[in-house]
Amino acid sequence: MNFAVLQFPGSNCDQDVIHVLRNVLGHSARLLWHKESSLGAVDAVVVPGGFSYGDYLRTGAIARFSPVMEAVRGFAANGGLVLGICNGFQILCESGLLPGALIRNRSLQFRCEHTFLKTATADSPFTNRIAADKVMRLPIAHGEGCYFADEDTLAALKAKNQVLWRYVSAQGEPTEAANPNGSLDNIAGICNEARNVAGLMPHPERASEPILGCADGRLIFESMIHALTNRPEAKAA
Amino acid sequence: MKAKIIITPKKAVLDPQGKTVQNALAHIGYTGIGAVHVGKYLEIELAGGDREGARKQIDEACHRIQSNTVIEDYRFEIE
Repeated sequence: MNFAVLQFPGSNCDQDVIHVLRNVLGHSARLLWHKESSLGAVDAVVVPGGFSYGDYLRTGAIARFSPVMEAVRGFAANGGLVLGICNGFQILCESGLLPGALIRNRSLQFRCEHTFLKTATADSPFTNRIAADKVMRLPIAHGEGCYFADEDTLAALKAKNQVLWRYVSAQGEPTEAANPNGSLDNIAGICNEARNVAGLMPHPERASEPILGCADGRLIFESMIHALTNRPEAKAA
Repeated sequence: MKAKIIITPKKAVLDPQGKTVQNALAHIGYTGIGAVHVGKYLEIELAGGDREGARKQIDEACHRIQSNTVIEDYRFEIE
């Protein structure tokens, strides 16, 4: 598969994503500078973490107006897979590709630690390889990761099965103590209604090799690869 | 001309900064302090003298980039 990994001024997880896709999973991945107005031939886009534009104004607020985001918008409208990680999730929310917003952590602290996650549904191109009872261990590193949406939006997210991951305890329970940032309903990641755009605050690319202590993050990338391999046009080819 | 913009968190949005300031004010002895909301203030210098045009433009810009209407309200004046 061909992945494009976006690079904004201030992105800092771009090379980690490239490493996992290329060297761990054996796929083709290239960096795409934010000033590019075309994605070229790609199967999926990853919007990586970091501090695009220094988080000025709001996280992701300025990056969403980069030329490359117009191309991502078109790609997503045609059903292309887009995954936003951390700052990438914030950018996708700011751009309106995902509902809601990420606001300051309730503790007001930057949280850099491991979290446990449970996958709410396998019915998405980002979760199809993850068992319902699997408790994944993924690191977070953010100051603005508290997921917020108004009541109607939250109700619609739940009704349409768009919550993909929740913060849970080591035993798999979505407790208050397991929620590192105050996110509504312990939400760690969501997808759009069409299920081809997703975002999450934890970093799967930092936990995709046993040498790093945990390889659970691979499951998310492997789900995307599985979905792309089994898409109708790929089967036909 | 100058646009003076005030952006505040929406009432329904958790405002931990406001809550912390409120607690600090009470802690150092100020009484009768209610809810505190921490927002942003922006000043934008504007060329030309078309007040109505400027108002329209700033309103649009506030909506598109300066605030996120999912979580924030804004108000501004042109002077």
